[in-house]
Amino acid sequence: MYSKTVMDHFKNPRNVGVMENPDGMGEIGNPLCGDMMTIYLRIADDTIKDIKFQTFGCGAAIAVSSMLTELAKGKSIEEAKKITNKDVAKALEGLPKNKLHCSNLGADALHMAIQNYEARNAGNLNEGLEGVESDKHTHDEKCYCPYCDTQISEGETVCKDCALRVDDQKKPQKAGE
Amino acid sequence: MNMINLDHISANPLLPEVQEAMIKAIQGNYGNPSSQHKMGEQASEAIEQARESVARLINCKAPKEIVFASCGTESVNHAVKGIALANSDKGKHIVTSNIEHNAVIRSLRRLKMMGFQVTSIPVDKYGRVNPGHVIKAIREDTILVTIMHGNNEVGTIQPIKEISQITREKNVLFHTDAVDSVGVVPIDVQELGVDALSFASNPFYGPAGVGGLYIRAGVKLWPLLEGGAQENNKRAGTENLIGIIGMGVAAELAKRDMASRVSHLKNLRTILLKDLPSYIDEYRINGHPEHCLPNLVSLSLKYIEGESVVLMLDDDNIEVSTRSACASGSLRASHVLLSTGLGFADAQGTLVITFGIDNTEDDITRFLAKLKTTVKTLRDYSPLYHK
Repeated sequence: MYSKTVMDHFKNPRNVGVMENPDGMGEIGNPLCGDMMTIYLRIADDTIKDIKFQTFGCGAAIAVSSMLTELAKGKSIEEAKKITNKDVAKALEGLPKNKLHCSNLGADALHMAIQNYEARNAGNLNEGLEGVESDKHTHDEKCYCPYCDTQISEGETVCKDCALRVDDQKKPQKAGE
Repeated sequence: MNMINLDHISANPLLPEVQEAMIKAIQGNYGNPSSQHKMGEQASEAIEQARESVARLINCKAPKEIVFASCGTESVNHAVKGIALANSDKGKHIVTSNIEHNAVIRSLRRLKMMGFQVTSIPVDKYGRVNPGHVIKAIREDTILVTIMHGNNEVGTIQPIKEISQITREKNVLFHTDAVDSVGVVPIDVQELGVDALSFASNPFYGPAGVGGLYIRAGVKLWPLLEGGAQENNKRAGTENLIGIIGMGVAAELAKRDMASRVSHLKNLRTILLKDLPSYIDEYRINGHPEHCLPNLVSLSLKYIEGESVVLMLDDDNIEVSTRSACASGSLRASHVLLSTGLGFADAQGTLVITFGIDNTEDDITRFLAKLKTTVKTLRDYSPLYHK
């Protein structure tokens, strides 16, 4: 189901790990869909000198993170800002359609890390680090109700189809009509 | 290295006796069971023989109460839709549970579009229904209760006997999806007291693509497939003769070997659960500790995601699953696990390990050793793990 490149990056991920005292850090995740990603940046002369990632997710999510770090490493900040999720998927020789949304978060996490770096440079030390919007979708693709697979739109807290709450993982599933 | 199949719930090998019977049937010159000439009669006899074997497996006294189907899903669709539609003059309300297979969930969703109402009752942290909730959910217009026997994701076995006492008292029909139980654990339809029970052949080492429905005589049921008079007018269409013959032989063997199979599976399960703590930490075993299928372990690994574990184990020729194969294309966390109160992240990190009669204790040891390194690698990748 995955391309050779995806499997290669999944089995031998590049730049995986934590970075101590990063210059910029971005976290993105969506507990509804299951994948979470953290990107750490070391920046000098407006260039990404080093980049690390940590990912909780499926094979695609790990491969996406790995490929993203390869694409971003050595790029200037301005170039890195232009990297899109599509670029990552393309470099991986494609991703299964149903993985495009939930697992292809790499570029979003990178952009957040850059934002965080720029905010710190501007003197807002903590901006971006805390309170990263970890449960919002920042891209176009759709998400689905975890109970009944109906497509749900952003911000929806109750699935129209099965009437179950979809925004709160702590509450047990309700009995309902 | 040789393959270790710990995903028997997705696909079981055919037993040699089953293969032999099927090959013989393929090579033999069977006719259409509905034909009136000798060849047809021969085919018809083979089908009735298989029907008797299957009936014996679930202690059904009248083999004509067995209707063959193309799979467990068809059987479930047939029971749920067929009973609801045939009995809708009495009411249009159905009771189910929150942890059913998609075959039930989607059949009920279709019925809702047709004006039926459905009450889905919750389960406890072990994935078990409280029969008291069934009593509360039944209304004047309830015609059917459909609650599964053994759950395909956490292995929990529901209190079917207790529920059937309620449905009989309330004069409501009761169907149970026993696809992952029949042939795996002893099933006795008389003792369970159900009106309808779905099963499939592959869980007991018969061919995939064959299933059946036990439907108690006298229960009104509309056919799902309309056409000829096959299967006592309950399921039209030329029978899958080769498959049915295979299922019949598999049913006989399952009945004969039930006790030794269950004890072998239980032994593997016990070893796995006992040895796990010396290989990994921070995990949870889902499902009921006693009321459970002997061949299934649902294991939630904290901080990591299930699919990546499956891919890494596959690299070492060990097959496990994240959930039922039917749902593995879905990225959504399992509704069964969420219903037991598991959080999204932990639900995503869940493996379904299913043993078969071909597994050995060595298989478990090799699996655990590889699982240990896999879990360590993936936790090192994970932003959720801090150690």
